[in-house]
Amino acid sequence: MKQEKTLVALAGQPNCGKSTVFNALTGASQHVANYPGVTVEKMTGSYRRDGGKVEVVDLPGTYSLTSYSPEERVSRDFLLHENPSVAVNVADASNLKRHLYLTLQLLEMRVPVVLNLNMMDVAERRGIQINTRELGGLLGVEVIPTSMKAGHGKEELKEAIARVAAAGLPDPPAQVDYGSMEPTLREIQNAFSMAFKGQSAQNTVPLRWLAIKLMEGDSEVEGLVRKGFSNPEECLALAHEKKTQFEAQQGIAPERHIAHRRHQAADTISRSSIKPKKGEGIPLSDKVDRVVCNRFLGPAILVGVIYLLYYLSIVQGYNLTNYTWPLLANIRAFTEAITPSPGFIEIPLIRAFALWFVDSINALLNYIPIFFILFGLIAILEDSGYMPRMAFMLDRLFNRFGLHGQSTLPMVLGGIYVGGCAVPGVMSCKGIPDERSRLATILIIPMLNCLAKVPLYVLMINIYFAAQKGLAMFFISTISLLMVLPAAKLLTLTVLKKRPTAPFIMEMPPYHLPTIRGVLGRAVERVWLFVRKIITIVAAVAVVIFVLLQFPGISSDRMVHYNAEKGKAVSAFFKDIAGTPFAEKLETEDIMPLLLYWEDYKTAKISAHSEEAVARVNADFEKTNPLFLAISNPGGDKAAKKANRALKELVKSRNGLQREMRKERIDASFLGRLGKALEPVTRWAGFNWRVNVALLSAFAAKESSVATLGALYDQGETGDQSLEKRMAEGETGFTPLHALALMLFMVLYPPCIAATIMVKIQSGSIKWMLFSMIYPMVLGLAVAVLVFSGGSALGLTGLQAMFAFYGLALAATIAAGFIKNREEFS
Amino acid sequence: MTLDQLKPGSRCRIKSLSVRDKLGQRLLDMGVYPGSQLKVVRNAPLEDPMEVSLGSFFMSLRHDEARFVEVEL
Repeated sequence: MKQEKTLVALAGQPNCGKSTVFNALTGASQHVANYPGVTVEKMTGSYRRDGGKVEVVDLPGTYSLTSYSPEERVSRDFLLHENPSVAVNVADASNLKRHLYLTLQLLEMRVPVVLNLNMMDVAERRGIQINTRELGGLLGVEVIPTSMKAGHGKEELKEAIARVAAAGLPDPPAQVDYGSMEPTLREIQNAFSMAFKGQSAQNTVPLRWLAIKLMEGDSEVEGLVRKGFSNPEECLALAHEKKTQFEAQQGIAPERHIAHRRHQAADTISRSSIKPKKGEGIPLSDKVDRVVCNRFLGPAILVGVIYLLYYLSIVQGYNLTNYTWPLLANIRAFTEAITPSPGFIEIPLIRAFALWFVDSINALLNYIPIFFILFGLIAILEDSGYMPRMAFMLDRLFNRFGLHGQSTLPMVLGGIYVGGCAVPGVMSCKGIPDERSRLATILIIPMLNCLAKVPLYVLMINIYFAAQKGLAMFFISTISLLMVLPAAKLLTLTVLKKRPTAPFIMEMPPYHLPTIRGVLGRAVERVWLFVRKIITIVAAVAVVIFVLLQFPGISSDRMVHYNAEKGKAVSAFFKDIAGTPFAEKLETEDIMPLLLYWEDYKTAKISAHSEEAVARVNADFEKTNPLFLAISNPGGDKAAKKANRALKELVKSRNGLQREMRKERIDASFLGRLGKALEPVTRWAGFNWRVNVALLSAFAAKESSVATLGALYDQGETGDQSLEKRMAEGETGFTPLHALALMLFMVLYPPCIAATIMVKIQSGSIKWMLFSMIYPMVLGLAVAVLVFSGGSALGLTGLQAMFAFYGLALAATIAAGFIKNREEFS
Repeated sequence: MTLDQLKPGSRCRIKSLSVRDKLGQRLLDMGVYPGSQLKVVRNAPLEDPMEVSLGSFFMSLRHDEARFVEVEL
């Protein structure tokens, strides 16, 4: 008998090594999605066995199966509604009693269970001996011991899955004895089976489980009953009555009684199947924590870890991009080579588009080394067990601002000082169990100082705060945190006020040594997710922005003007070379090939470092065109020198014309018009339309702001003036106060496309994604207007306004720390 | 006496819980129910949250949450 497809659910408590088991079973065939309607991640994978396909769904790690958290709800719903053939219950063998608490609940749900005792090696090292036969007998399930990290037991587990999938439910299963509640449970169960004989819901929902859940007061299950049975009110009323009755008679809340009996049963079963070592000392992890969570050493170690994380990924990762960038540059060079070559003043649209596209993608691909290191380091933090310690140490601080201890890592990644990235920052928010804090963290991460905001800061500071560079850099690096914390508080007090919170209660798992395979696997998997999900969308947006910047383009009568200018430049060239032998040999058609030849020659010469190399370049170019080479490399020849000067003059006119056209094109473009249309509003913040265009184009990627400013202020004839100089000359009305307002707006700038997509994935809704784009814009504009208009009205200099704003932000942060969030538990 | 008032190093027995629903159920699931033994291991560097142990199981919780756990020494 061969089944076409076997569905296996992987269930277990957090920290039981479930993901290791999942990876061992499914290998590389993994797929990540979200459960519908919630942000809980759904990992699926598969393997083949005996010609059939076994699909494995990794349920979220939970301690229990109530309806109080989304993780527990999706696990429970999956087991109830998807009818898996087998539920593999992964449990930590070294902590059996705790993990059996979940096993017993799985058995109550009447799914065929295989109990996978994982981490047997750890248990053995601690001197714990488990009689798996005895345990299996007591529970009525197959028990498979494994040490998946060391690679032991995979085949045995697969065999057991196949056996149990074929055999179905064992009869009868072990069940918890709820003692004084048993009669009540039977009554409710009977009422249901009498009233609803033959109704379909009976087949999928086990009635004993239903009765237990109703006694626990599980509101979701009531809903389930209403949906699954017709006219169940009588039975529900009975359950309610029994519940109140039980509480009154026994003097204990039913759910407390249930949990107590379950823990007791788990204890009894584990005791009779375990031979523990006598007189357990202090666990090693606790000894480590005496140092790691120490009042003084703890924070010092935390700062060290954060510094290391930053140093290895951002600094060293950035160094690594020096080696990977040439690869990307090659892609660009290749694109240049295969697209139509540029004309004298016109760049073919297809070429312009292809280069823009490649540049946009390259800008993101360039981050891959950084991300790879970063994701690897995060995996180490996760696997080692240090993450909960981080949360433990900083929870009090973040909790004051409506955030969570587990907001620490996302904020570090987002750039708590300067130089992070919002994409991994938002990505790592998924572990925060409290929805209100999680959304708040997701929404504020993009306002931290990511790497891409830095070029604009540096540009502004170099021009307008040159005398106080250090001070200004410190200001901009720390001001983001002082704006983010009050903003988080504001969000949790307003739009997020009604969002559900969760208890902080968090296991402090024993430390584990991460494995190289586990860490690398996770790093690769997350980089791949980044490439797949982000790059595709960035590519699409790059196309849109290109269109907005390129069209409607230069009008035809202006083109006539530019063509006339081109004619003038060419005839000037011929006038200059008149009288030299070149005048007769060159035709007008030769101009374009000559210009391209000259460019190639210059490029070739730059990369030729030795004399022999130069000679080789000369020989090569001699072969292609001796006449052009004579002009390009005049040597001592007088006529050739004259022609070379004329050529350089021509190149200069051409560059000037192209720049002018580029400026005019942006000027007339849709984006340019938008920039101008926004000027009446933004001038209160001190932004003129040019700045607006730069800011608009920064939406695709923030680095673009400086590049666009570069194009807009591009007016020098020689082209070797730095952007700092050009901007300072081009914007004489621009003051340090303008620059300050612009920098502060950049701090609060909406997330880039890549981060926006991440917000969508992690918040699970387009609504929050749109909100994450709009509110920073409003906030940023408000801050910029306050600084610029307020500063102007008070006659403050840029530096004075900087100090004033810093004081204001600091005061807001301190004040926000004292406001209380809505009480959740009372 | 409630759990949040205990100093690190103290051991106690849980008498009752004065909270139900989300927080109450979570405490129960983690093994905090009347009768179980508990030890306060340490406070975080900023005083809150606190870490407690139940046998060989360690967990942390905020003082705000611990005040719903009535204990006796």
